[in-house]
Amino acid sequence: MAAVLRREFSSFFKSPIGYVYLAVYFLIAGFYFWMLVASQSPDISLVYSSLFLFSCILVPILTMKLFSDEKKQKTDQLLLTSPVSLSSLVYGKFFATFFVYGIGVSITVLFTLILAAFGEVDWMVMIGNYLGLLLLGAAMIAIGEMISSLTESQIIAVILSLIVTVLLLLLDSVVSMLSIPFLSDIIAAISITQRYNDFVNGILDISNVIFFVSIVVVVNFITVRILEKRRWS
Amino acid sequence: MIEVQGLTKRYGSKVAVDDISFSVDEGEIVGFLGPNGAGKSTTMNILTGYLSSDIGTVKIGGFDILDEPDQAKQKIGYLPENPPLYMDMTVREYLDFVYDLKKTKIPRKRHIEEICKTVKITDVYHRLIKNLSKGYKQRVGFAQALIGNPEVLILDEPTVGLDPKQIIDIRNLIKDLGKKHTVILSSHILPEIQAICDRVIIINRGKIVADDTAENLSANISTDHRLMVTVEGPENEVYKTLSTLPGMQQVTTLGNRGSGSFEYSLEAKEGVDVRRELNKRLAARNWPILALKSNELTLEDIFLKLVSLDTDVEKYIKPSESTKKAVAESVLGSQEAEATQEGRDTFWEDRQKAKESDVPDDDEEDMSEDAEDDAAAADAEDGSSDDNTKENGGEQ
Repeated sequence: MAAVLRREFSSFFKSPIGYVYLAVYFLIAGFYFWMLVASQSPDISLVYSSLFLFSCILVPILTMKLFSDEKKQKTDQLLLTSPVSLSSLVYGKFFATFFVYGIGVSITVLFTLILAAFGEVDWMVMIGNYLGLLLLGAAMIAIGEMISSLTESQIIAVILSLIVTVLLLLLDSVVSMLSIPFLSDIIAAISITQRYNDFVNGILDISNVIFFVSIVVVVNFITVRILEKRRWS
Repeated sequence: MIEVQGLTKRYGSKVAVDDISFSVDEGEIVGFLGPNGAGKSTTMNILTGYLSSDIGTVKIGGFDILDEPDQAKQKIGYLPENPPLYMDMTVREYLDFVYDLKKTKIPRKRHIEEICKTVKITDVYHRLIKNLSKGYKQRVGFAQALIGNPEVLILDEPTVGLDPKQIIDIRNLIKDLGKKHTVILSSHILPEIQAICDRVIIINRGKIVADDTAENLSANISTDHRLMVTVEGPENEVYKTLSTLPGMQQVTTLGNRGSGSFEYSLEAKEGVDVRRELNKRLAARNWPILALKSNELTLEDIFLKLVSLDTDVEKYIKPSESTKKAVAESVLGSQEAEATQEGRDTFWEDRQKAKESDVPDDDEEDMSEDAEDDAAAADAEDGSSDDNTKENGGEQ
């Protein structure tokens, strides 16, 4: 797994993708931090709640090539014929992407430090928010990775991932429109926005953590199955 | 080392590989031969675990590729048709990555250096793979297959895109490796297979149509008794002399070959050697022979014959034991095929007879008779190869 992780991580920075992603992420985060400072509010949560949407939209750019490009360049022949299990392939790529995502998110730590230099900061809220953003990213990466394993084309992968992301974000508005209580309960239970907002509001609920982690595990498992299935078709 | 049993792979309704069985011993170099789309690459992909077969098993060094994939894959070095290279890496990074990926235990630096030396990529070691020429890319792919010193090397068209000198280098390399490794390689290039391989497996439309040594294949295929001769002398008179040779069936003038010489194609009757008489008569008239060659079939001709005919190819070759066994197995199922050799022989004869009676076309009837005659002749002489060598000597 370590070999796949290292290669995948370094490949982000051999093409412009890694740099462009980080630049855009820093720009957006910086913009919201500037807004925060301009409004003279010490509540870093505002930055995190704004970053939610952009993290969801930017992650597909990182995940689009994960498996689609391997298939197109036929390098999957090397990976699949080497003595490495499919799940370590999937998790190797998952963590490589997660680290790049983590670099992007860690800019917010810098913001908190700046705030701390000028006043009181609630560190626990900051840590909760940080954790929430990381977990959200992990879930989105797993989903993007799965979609990437379905196609040979990066473009299709990125568009499909965006569609899925938008659908996930729209779930909440669907809930408010639905008058069937049974159905809206189910949809509310799988709503990512609701869970993330708990983190933003400073609630560290273990069930929310488990929710995001189980998305990662289940979706990665499906990815392994998809790769396994490809061998048989 | 490699055991393949009843491999079948379908893509939708198309059968890519149809019930292929063979085994390869340690230290053997086996060549896979077949036209495009015959199922060579699919077979190789199944052997390496990249694809799974619908039916059948693959065992590498005793490990089943599906049940114990890690142990089996550890034993394989695979060079696919398109070398699986990451264009954004340097050769050094790439080989390091493959080294880690294969969980190699051999000391890293020395191992990779040695491989680079054997495939001659030391001078591009620090360059981006993207910027390498096709030949170098191919060799980096080759290096990748060698990492970890695998016992089995599976090479899908290893010399594609190389210049003639590199091809010779790679061939020699494969031969060298064949001393310690088991090698399976596929190729369209027949001289290559002839030069490198101990054994040839010819595949057509997903089926094994021949499995034998290259020499046996050339020796056993039914040959025509044709000679090409270039003689200096007046065309008409030479033609008459040639036509009156005992046992001559047909003489055709092929054309003027300059300075008063003409080329003729001679077709003698079965089993008649006209060369001595030919020489005597022409010498008596003082017409020098400038060139004389027999139309003996090369592996290329055999290959074309085998793959271009829709009819059953089995009748064109005198089947070797392994071919007989393979066909018997595919038809009777492995149990019965396990039976004695005589059993297989009877089965084979029955099969041939059945086929002949099936063929309505006259031409094909003739051909199959020829094939039988040949086979019979070879059986009668028993050491027919001795005769062949004598004849060859006579020609030269």
